[in-house]
Amino acid sequence: MIAIQDLCKDFGPLRAVDRISFEVKKGEVLGFLGPNGAGKSTTMKMLTGFLTPTSGRASICGHDVATAPLEAKRQLGYLPEGAPAYGDMTPAAFLDFIADIRGLAGATKAERIAKVVKQVHLEAVLHQRIETLSKGFKRRVGLAQAILHDPQVLVLDEPTDGLDPNQKHEVRSLIQEMAPGKAIVLSTHILEEVEAVCTRAIIIASGRVLFDGTPQELAARGPLDTVFRKITTSGSATNQS
Amino acid sequence: MKTTLVLLKRELNGYFATPVAYVFIFFYLIAMSLLPFYLGGFYEDLQPFFAFHPWLYLFLIPAISMRLWAEERKSGTIELLMTLPVSMAQTVLGKFLAAWMFAGIALVLTFPMWLTVNYLGQPDNGVIAASYIGSFLLAGGYLAVGSFLSALTKNQVIAFVLTFVVGLVLVLAGTPAVLEPLAGAVPSSVLDAVRSFSFLSQMNTITSGVIDVRALTFFGSLIGGSLLANAIVLDLKKAD
Repeated sequence: MIAIQDLCKDFGPLRAVDRISFEVKKGEVLGFLGPNGAGKSTTMKMLTGFLTPTSGRASICGHDVATAPLEAKRQLGYLPEGAPAYGDMTPAAFLDFIADIRGLAGATKAERIAKVVKQVHLEAVLHQRIETLSKGFKRRVGLAQAILHDPQVLVLDEPTDGLDPNQKHEVRSLIQEMAPGKAIVLSTHILEEVEAVCTRAIIIASGRVLFDGTPQELAARGPLDTVFRKITTSGSATNQS
Repeated sequence: MKTTLVLLKRELNGYFATPVAYVFIFFYLIAMSLLPFYLGGFYEDLQPFFAFHPWLYLFLIPAISMRLWAEERKSGTIELLMTLPVSMAQTVLGKFLAAWMFAGIALVLTFPMWLTVNYLGQPDNGVIAASYIGSFLLAGGYLAVGSFLSALTKNQVIAFVLTFVVGLVLVLAGTPAVLEPLAGAVPSSVLDAVRSFSFLSQMNTITSGVIDVRALTFFGSLIGGSLLANAIVLDLKKAD
């Protein structure tokens, strides 16, 4: 349902993403790993149509993000890096706005809003302005916004960043619960998270894919953080040579 | 269309979500009500009131337009907005119309001035109606320019200053201070072009009770051109 082909992105002389290709099928949860500045967010921004790629293509449910952006975006739920939301709105007003934009109306709208509010536990802060909320609540408002229209494709940029261990666990369970019907891509710094929720892991550094396989294959190579360090540091060394 | 309205509603609510909107309207009304008395001649008609609008707008319009895109870029919500299933045209238009509507609400609230002159004398209400429309068009044209300039930066203060400076140039283009030195130096066609690009000359024509095709074309193309530039800049710079 997600297809990325030879995606490249240059920022001036810097090649941030270098010929990345992968596909994600329904039921798959793809964990996107890599050091800071590896190109994870840039790849996600191109997949979701926010950034225009220098070359290559991305499509969502068969809709090319560049040529059919509205159709692609309708199938997509996206939690951008840092979970931006309108600070002067309350979560209730914000979700109402997103529902209107997504074309949800009447009973369906009320039902969907009630459901996601319950799924990410926003009941307590529903009528407080978003800018006054804690980092964890803000992240969950962003998550609620992304899953509100029950999209086929979910792209989550660091969905558990800023959450406490209990909240992390809840978000992971939520992702697992939704996984069978969707194609999900998530980026993370937490290696255990990949083992816990992902069916597949991609490690990138300096804009290139260095590993693509199951978390089990990754784990078979040894302790996760050692493997991660080995893959990513040797990868950047090749790039510099 | 419906999507544009949803965006308009959110943006307009955004103005009223903070006390800033109320403070703004309060000062707007104070300035709009007091200053015409000092400029004189207020008791017969609303001419001095409207003559003052281009100058007052120099401060008020940038205050309305500065947040439109600069805020969106600074807080990162632009990424959210641009990855929702909405087109660039719907977004730019929705936000612009919200700002214009806000300016319109402030303008409508000056109605006690109109009641007052009608109580004190017999003004030409046709001229007053034309002047209100003219002032609203002026606000729209200036807001479109401000919306475009707001898209250039993440900083609201920079957006304010840019919009103020461009507005000042557009207002002053019609004053003798600019036109007289130019008179000998450039062909009369250029001089006419400079004059017709001025907010002051456009307003003077309208406040005399004439809304002609030229004024409508001027503000129409100013709004259209600025919003187009706004969309292009956003497309190029949205991720910076």
